[in-house]
Amino acid sequence: MPASTPIARWEHFPHDADVGVRGIGATKDEAFEQAALAMTAVITDIDLVQAREQVDVELDCVDPEIQLTDWLNALVYEMATRRMLFSRFSVRIDGAHLTASAQGEDIDVMRHHPAVEIKGATFTQLKVARNPDGSWVAQCILDV
Amino acid sequence: MDLGKFVRGNDYEWRIEPKGAMRVPGVIYADQALMEAMDDKVFEQVVNVASLPGIVKAAYAMPDAHWGYGFPIGGVAAFDPDLGGVVSAGGVGFDISCGVRTLHTGLTLAELEPFKHALADALFYRIPAGIGSTGTIRLSTEQMDAMLRGGARWAVERGWGTREDLDRIEEHGHMAGAEPASVSEQAKKRQRDEMGTLGSGNHYLEVQHVAEILDQDTAAAFGIERGHIVVSIHCGSRGLGHQIGTEFLREMAIEASQHHITLPDRELACAPINSDTGRTYLGAMRSAINCALANRQILTHLTREVFKSVVPAAELTLLYDVSHNTCKVETHVLDGKPRQLYVHRKGATRAFGPGHPDLPDSLRAVGQPVLIGGSMGTASYILCGTKESEQRAFSSACHGAGRSMSRHEALRRYRGRGVVDDLAGRGILIRSPSMRGVAEEAPGAYKDVSIVCEAAEHAGLARLVARLEPVVCVKG
Repeated sequence: MPASTPIARWEHFPHDADVGVRGIGATKDEAFEQAALAMTAVITDIDLVQAREQVDVELDCVDPEIQLTDWLNALVYEMATRRMLFSRFSVRIDGAHLTASAQGEDIDVMRHHPAVEIKGATFTQLKVARNPDGSWVAQCILDV
Repeated sequence: MDLGKFVRGNDYEWRIEPKGAMRVPGVIYADQALMEAMDDKVFEQVVNVASLPGIVKAAYAMPDAHWGYGFPIGGVAAFDPDLGGVVSAGGVGFDISCGVRTLHTGLTLAELEPFKHALADALFYRIPAGIGSTGTIRLSTEQMDAMLRGGARWAVERGWGTREDLDRIEEHGHMAGAEPASVSEQAKKRQRDEMGTLGSGNHYLEVQHVAEILDQDTAAAFGIERGHIVVSIHCGSRGLGHQIGTEFLREMAIEASQHHITLPDRELACAPINSDTGRTYLGAMRSAINCALANRQILTHLTREVFKSVVPAAELTLLYDVSHNTCKVETHVLDGKPRQLYVHRKGATRAFGPGHPDLPDSLRAVGQPVLIGGSMGTASYILCGTKESEQRAFSSACHGAGRSMSRHEALRRYRGRGVVDDLAGRGILIRSPSMRGVAEEAPGAYKDVSIVCEAAEHAGLARLVARLEPVVCVKG
C-alpha cells in the first residue's frame, strides 16, 4: 500500500438518521481511499482491523461521482458477503476505470464490536471535486 | 421549517400550493411544533415529489417526516400508470419492506417477571443480531427463488409458522408479482447467510407490556389488555433489499434522462411504471417484500422456540405485521372513480380503515392495526386505521419518531454501558453485541414518538389504541 500524503484524512459528517463519510486527499485516488476508511470507521475502530487478507475491486463508471458510490458499494458488498472489515485501501482511477485493493480481516464481533451495518452508499450530499487548494474531496451519505 | 411557505388547512394540515414544476399540491400532516422542528429539506423534497410525472392528488408527508433520499422519510405519493406515472427506488428506500410485527404472548407482566432475565439472555443467544451475525438457514438457488416468490407463506409451508399467521400479515404474507429473475445474483448472494437475522442500527426484537389502553373497544377487538405482554420485531429485507435498492437507485438515476424525466434531485431516481426498468424494479422490489416477510416469519419461529423453552405457558399469536417502505398497487377512489394507483410509502405505514376488503375477516370491522415502533427503551404504540385516512393520504400513517440527533452526536453524549445500566435501573433489559451501537440508539437520540402518534390521530390518519413499554430489547 502506498504511503498517504500529509493532507490525507477522513471525516464523518452528520445527517439525520444516517452518516456522511468524507475523504480528503492530494489526489482523487487518495480521497477515495480516505472515504473508504471513513466508511470502516462508521462500523468499528479502524485500528482494530488487521490487514490479513486482500480483496481486489475493479469497476467502470463514466460519472465521477457515481464512481465514488460504486466504489463504496463494491466494498459494502464485499464486507457483507465475505463478512469482512477492511482497514487499508489502494485505489487507482484512470478515467472511468477504477482498480483497487482492500486489505482486512474476518469480522470478529468480540474484538471489533461492529456498531452498525452499512446498507449502501447513497447519492445524498454526493460530491467528488477538486478544492481550490488542489486537494480532492470525495463524500456521500451512507444509509445505515 | 419556515411556516410562511404553507397554507394552513387546519391545525394539523399544512399545504404547499402547486407552483413551478409541481403537478399537485404538497400536504404535510403535523402539529405546529412538529412543523417548526422539521428540517427545511422536507419542504424541498415534498415539492420535488409533487413534480414527478403521473402523481395524483398530492405529495404527502407524515408527522414524523424528515430528510430522506429524494422522497422525505415519512413520504407518501401515488402514481397513475395511465398518466405516465413513475415508480421510484428512492420512494421505497434501501430497506425494502422494513416493518414491524407484534405478537401476543398470553402472558401478563407479573407472569413474565420471574423469567425476564433468562428470557433476555435466551433471546440474545438465539436471535442472530448485529453485523457479522448469520442465520442458520442456507438457501439453495431454487429455495431462494421460492422464498422470493412466496414470502411468509413460503416460510409457513416450511414449518416456520402457522396458516393463521398469514391472515395477519399485509398481502396475506405473500406479495404477488414478485419476479426473482429481476433480482441480481449479488443481491441473492448478499442474502445467503442472512435469512432469519435481525440486522443492526434501529432494528430490534422487543418484549413489551401494554402500559395503557387508549381505545377500549378497538383494543378488545385486537385482543389487547393492559398488563399484557407482547413481542415486537422491527426489521426488513436485509442484504437482499439493500442491494436491490442500491442497484436500482443507480440504474434509475442514470437512465432518467432517457425517459425524458428531469430529476430535480438525483436521489429521486425513478422510471415510468410502464417501462422495462420500472417493471424490472417492481418485480425485484416485490421479491424483497417477500424476503422481509419471510425474514420476520422465521424470526417469529425462533422467538416462539425461545419462549417455549423459557416460559412454556406463553403462546405467541400474531396481532399484525406492517411494512413501511414499499410501493403497492392499490385501488383508491379519486373524483368518484376507482383507480389503480402505485402508492409509495417511504417510512410510512399503510393504515386501512374499517371495511377494507384486504383486511382479514377478524379485523375488517374495526380496521388495520398500525404498529409504530418507538426507539430503544421508549414507548411504542398500536394505532388503528380509520375511514377518513383514505382521504388524508391514501390510508397512510407515520412509522416512528425519527432521530433528534445524529449518530455522531449520540456517540458524543452517551456511553453504551451507561444507557444499558440506566434502562436496567428502570427494569428494561437491553441485550446488544455492540455498546457503541447502543449509544447511537440511546433513547435521548430520538424524538418523542408520543407526539408523532398524537398528531397522527388529530390529523385523522389513524387513531391511538394502546401504548406499549419495553421490558426486554435485543438490538443488533
